Amino acid sequence: MSVSAPLRTPRRRPGGPSVGRPGAVWALPAALFFLFFAVIPMGLVAYLSFTSWNGLGTPQFVGAQNWQRLAGDPVMHQGVLLSLGLTVGSWAVQTPISMLLGVWAAGPQRNRAVLAAVFFVPLLLSSAAIAIIWKALLDPNFGPLARIGPWLGLDSVSLLGSPSGAFAVIVFVSAWQFIPLHMLLYQGGARQIPASLYQAAEIDGASVPRRFLHITLPQLRNTITTSSVLMVVGSLTYFETVLILTGGGPGTSTSIVPYLMYRFGFMGYEMGYASAIAFTLVIVATAVSLVMVRLTGFGSMRSTREGM
Amino acid sequence: MAAMRAARAIAVATALGVVATACGSGGGAAGDETLDVWMYQDSLVVVQQGAVERFNEGSGAQAVITEVPGDSYQDKLRTSMGSGDQPDVFFNWGGGSIRSYVEADMLLPLDDMMEADPEFQESFIPSVMEAGRIDGVQYGVPMRGTQPVILFYNEELFEQVGAEPPETWEDVLALVETFTQEDITPFVLAGATAWTEQMWLQYLVDRNGGAEVFQRIQSGDPEGWRDPAVLESAQMVRDLVDSGAFGDNYGSVSYTEGAASALLAQGEGAMHLMGSWEYSTLLDQAPEFAEDGLGYVAFPAISGGEGDPANVVGNPANYFSVSADSPVEDAAVDFLKQTSSDAYVRDMIENGEVPTTTNAADLLDLSPSPDFATFQYEMVQNAPHFQLSWDQALPPSVSEGMLTEIQKLFNGQSTPEQFVDAMAGLQ
Repeated sequence: MSVSAPLRTPRRRPGGPSVGRPGAVWALPAALFFLFFAVIPMGLVAYLSFTSWNGLGTPQFVGAQNWQRLAGDPVMHQGVLLSLGLTVGSWAVQTPISMLLGVWAAGPQRNRAVLAAVFFVPLLLSSAAIAIIWKALLDPNFGPLARIGPWLGLDSVSLLGSPSGAFAVIVFVSAWQFIPLHMLLYQGGARQIPASLYQAAEIDGASVPRRFLHITLPQLRNTITTSSVLMVVGSLTYFETVLILTGGGPGTSTSIVPYLMYRFGFMGYEMGYASAIAFTLVIVATAVSLVMVRLTGFGSMRSTREGM
Repeated sequence: MAAMRAARAIAVATALGVVATACGSGGGAAGDETLDVWMYQDSLVVVQQGAVERFNEGSGAQAVITEVPGDSYQDKLRTSMGSGDQPDVFFNWGGGSIRSYVEADMLLPLDDMMEADPEFQESFIPSVMEAGRIDGVQYGVPMRGTQPVILFYNEELFEQVGAEPPETWEDVLALVETFTQEDITPFVLAGATAWTEQMWLQYLVDRNGGAEVFQRIQSGDPEGWRDPAVLESAQMVRDLVDSGAFGDNYGSVSYTEGAASALLAQGEGAMHLMGSWEYSTLLDQAPEFAEDGLGYVAFPAISGGEGDPANVVGNPANYFSVSADSPVEDAAVDFLKQTSSDAYVRDMIENGEVPTTTNAADLLDLSPSPDFATFQYEMVQNAPHFQLSWDQALPPSVSEGMLTEIQKLFNGQSTPEQFVDAMAGLQ
């Protein structure tokens, strides 16, 4: 009888009572918001992905039909490849540039601050405005490119009209827009690196590239993870620029997954199928960021100052 | 269950009560009824505003126009129809643009109204009425000018090379050669969007195989795309593209931003296949060119083709439809009759539209450009068949895929054979 009840020892941390430690109740407002604006809609999307619905009347339950179609749809397969291409391309273009710019901007001189502010401007523009501006700049008949092109020996430059050109433009424009944000992250990261490390290296006679490779880069590893996760998830869900700049075209050559979701849902009125795409995107983006965080050891929050 | 039944009984009783009150108050005093009319927002809405004013004077109900910005019109309409907060009367493109509403029983059949008023029915050109019909039932009344696709050309460039506008396909091919040799793009094409490219295929399929080819597809048989006329037309498109008929940067030219019309007006391109609205676009953008340098002809005939060379493609008109559960159904139907009134037709003509009513011919002199208006009116009047634009005729789930495939064909991302296979695979 005395052993039947489980022994309950209150878990108390050493160091006294948990005074001032927030209870679960404090999380309630945020949890409710998350429930109403994230969890429930996501649940609805998951349900819709098993229905056929054109936006009118009641959704018809169709079982796994949308998911089967998703698995066998060549348009989707291409969309997934394009999304992967965009993700890898964006990462490969944006990471080195924003790291170099960020580290450079972390320096002490006055002119750097001014230039860093100028570099930051693209991030202040809305995506829609950026897409419209670049569309006008790249116009093959009336844009500046059409005037400059002939001097450079390019007779007719139709970047947005050619499949590979349009894709390259998307990668470029997203880099132009988002490098400032990542530059800022790297600038912050680089400023955290203790100057004593560089001073020691300088005394040892290490060259600038060596110092970058052996001090800056390892010290920035948490920043690299943060910035990379943002880039990857951002590229997977990249949308407005594609809609305005290329409309997924020419043909399907820039129809990345989020654009296809929009096309099927709001242009073709196949809400069930679009929901299946949307849900896939949620799963993939979550999985990718979790894996990245896990693989890089970011989750354990290992300090960059170990051993100092 | 019992509660449900009780609730329903109350609802019915209330409805009856409302009807009784309405009757009791005597016909004329129903002035508090409002009729919500949704319009696509553009400069031509003045015509409908005039109609609303006249209607409101003579009727108990008050019609009110809601102008919905163009790009989002279909989305907004869809949302409001789906949420049960639908307009009483709304603008649409007929065909596939209203089919899903008909299938969901959301539109009012207008056959009874037409039969009760044959004079109204007969006031429209028959080929135009057709696109407002779904499965043989009339759901739309033409309410805007007709918009056939016409071949526009730059007269000065034709004089320069000493050529005549094309009448046959052989002429087209010869002109492509003539103009490319002169370093002039033979045809302007706004290929950044696929609907401009679609116009070419629509005409080619119609000329090659006749109107029946697409009618079969429209009736829901995707195998219709395997008709030899479709493959032949796709091949002709490829030949045109390969011979440089559209130049080499048509893929980045957009119509809505005015680039295509500017190319024609500035003499960079010799011809432009476009909807009749191109005339008013040019009148707005380059008035001198529109008045003195712009020529227009029907799409050329194809020798050996089965289609009637007088057939026309484009948008026969836009339509007004009535929501099935509109509380002011009678007033809504009554409002539709404005569209054939003399005042309405006159307003349309004065605003540069070419009406779809049979009695419009005498009034065309009132148009800001009578020659063009007459040409367009006769073209439509004499057409044995007026094919509604494919992307409007087919349900949205199909037309989106179709537009993509058309663009791939033009861009050389698929062969004519692959194009036909892909089209037949769309459901």
